[in-house]
Amino acid sequence: MNQEFHYIVLDDSMTLGVNEICTLCRVGVEMVNELVNEGVLVPEGTSPETWRFSAVAIKRIQVTLRLQRDLRVNLPGAALALDLLDELEELRAQLKKIS
Amino acid sequence: MDYKDYYKTLNISRDASPEEVKRAYRKMARKYHPDVNKDVDAEKKFKEISEAYEVLKDVEKRKAYDTFGSDWRADQEFKPPPNWKSRYHKTSAGPGGASTEHFSDFFESLFGGGRSPFGAEDLSSFGREHHGRGDDLHAKVSITLEDSYHGAKRTITLNRTTDDGRGHLTIQPQSLQVTIPKGVIEGQQIRLEGQGNVGYGRGAHGNLFLEIVFEPHPLFTVSKRDVFLVLPVTPWEAALGSAVAVPTLGGKVDLKLPANSQTGRKLRLKNRGLSSKTQAGHQYVTLAVYTPPAETVEQRQLYEKMAKLMPYNPRSEFGG
Repeated sequence: MNQEFHYIVLDDSMTLGVNEICTLCRVGVEMVNELVNEGVLVPEGTSPETWRFSAVAIKRIQVTLRLQRDLRVNLPGAALALDLLDELEELRAQLKKIS
Repeated sequence: MDYKDYYKTLNISRDASPEEVKRAYRKMARKYHPDVNKDVDAEKKFKEISEAYEVLKDVEKRKAYDTFGSDWRADQEFKPPPNWKSRYHKTSAGPGGASTEHFSDFFESLFGGGRSPFGAEDLSSFGREHHGRGDDLHAKVSITLEDSYHGAKRTITLNRTTDDGRGHLTIQPQSLQVTIPKGVIEGQQIRLEGQGNVGYGRGAHGNLFLEIVFEPHPLFTVSKRDVFLVLPVTPWEAALGSAVAVPTLGGKVDLKLPANSQTGRKLRLKNRGLSSKTQAGHQYVTLAVYTPPAETVEQRQLYEKMAKLMPYNPRSEFGG
């Protein structure tokens, strides 16, 4: 199969509004609100109508959903896990650099 | 087909209580969850423990499973007994329910329901009234640093539901060739629109999300877009400031060392990292001065001459 597919790299050069984020991640606006309040997502803009999310937010939402579903953690727990995972990744990268 | 020892998978005894089963599963699930554990085998392990738990948490399924387990020997090829009724084959999950999509053939031969959460006919009647976007698929794609540096094509194989054109849905392995765009970095996702599972009814296809994982490289390490290399140099190259051929992901480039460089000095090769269309990555070269061993009399004399000519105390900071 040598078909070419339309692809998009979900990096921080791409931003999305709250509705696009909801459609892509199949979550309600309520969930996005909660994630913003919990500090998991940090959008640009001051109100939900003007919020712009980096495309990196998609992965954060997906991981949060999977952690909630598979490990039965609540939202603050998932937020903590995400922060710790980020920190772990940074430490691992530093370790690789010095070893 | 191989027999699966679910008790061994969860590391519990055959007479473990339901609480022990749950505890063992939860502990292992936290440890091996693929979002938490970056090991390449974590995902496989997580599926195995999920499958084991799916059976052992359910009184009926566990009883049925134990019935085989007592007769089974390690050297036996596993086959369900001929009188095995498919009464367990109705444990299907609808859309949104727990997916058994990734469970083993062993599981499916006992409990069914795996590959197709509902029979093809059920699905089409379901589809007549409901239209919904197909499920999204997630996969990891492992690439080399060179793939990211230059951009590449990769063929991946994944199980997804497709429509055979006559309204029958099946799950089957399919290969697709995907473009690895230049400058993707580890952990980033690529979204392939409409390459997920087929939709319900007239619903659109789901999306495919590919997460980038880097294969370890023999020379370079990376941090985000930056590439790091430790460059061994001789004392005279470091002192005199020679031009040294340095490997980069795009081939060798000449790097002029500043004279009197020391071990640990960091030099930057601009834009030699994992640059995308919008963001630049650089290569950082850390010098490591390697001392040639003094093996012959002549070589030792040369070092002695250096000691006289260039009195130097690298430990002056220590005082004394």
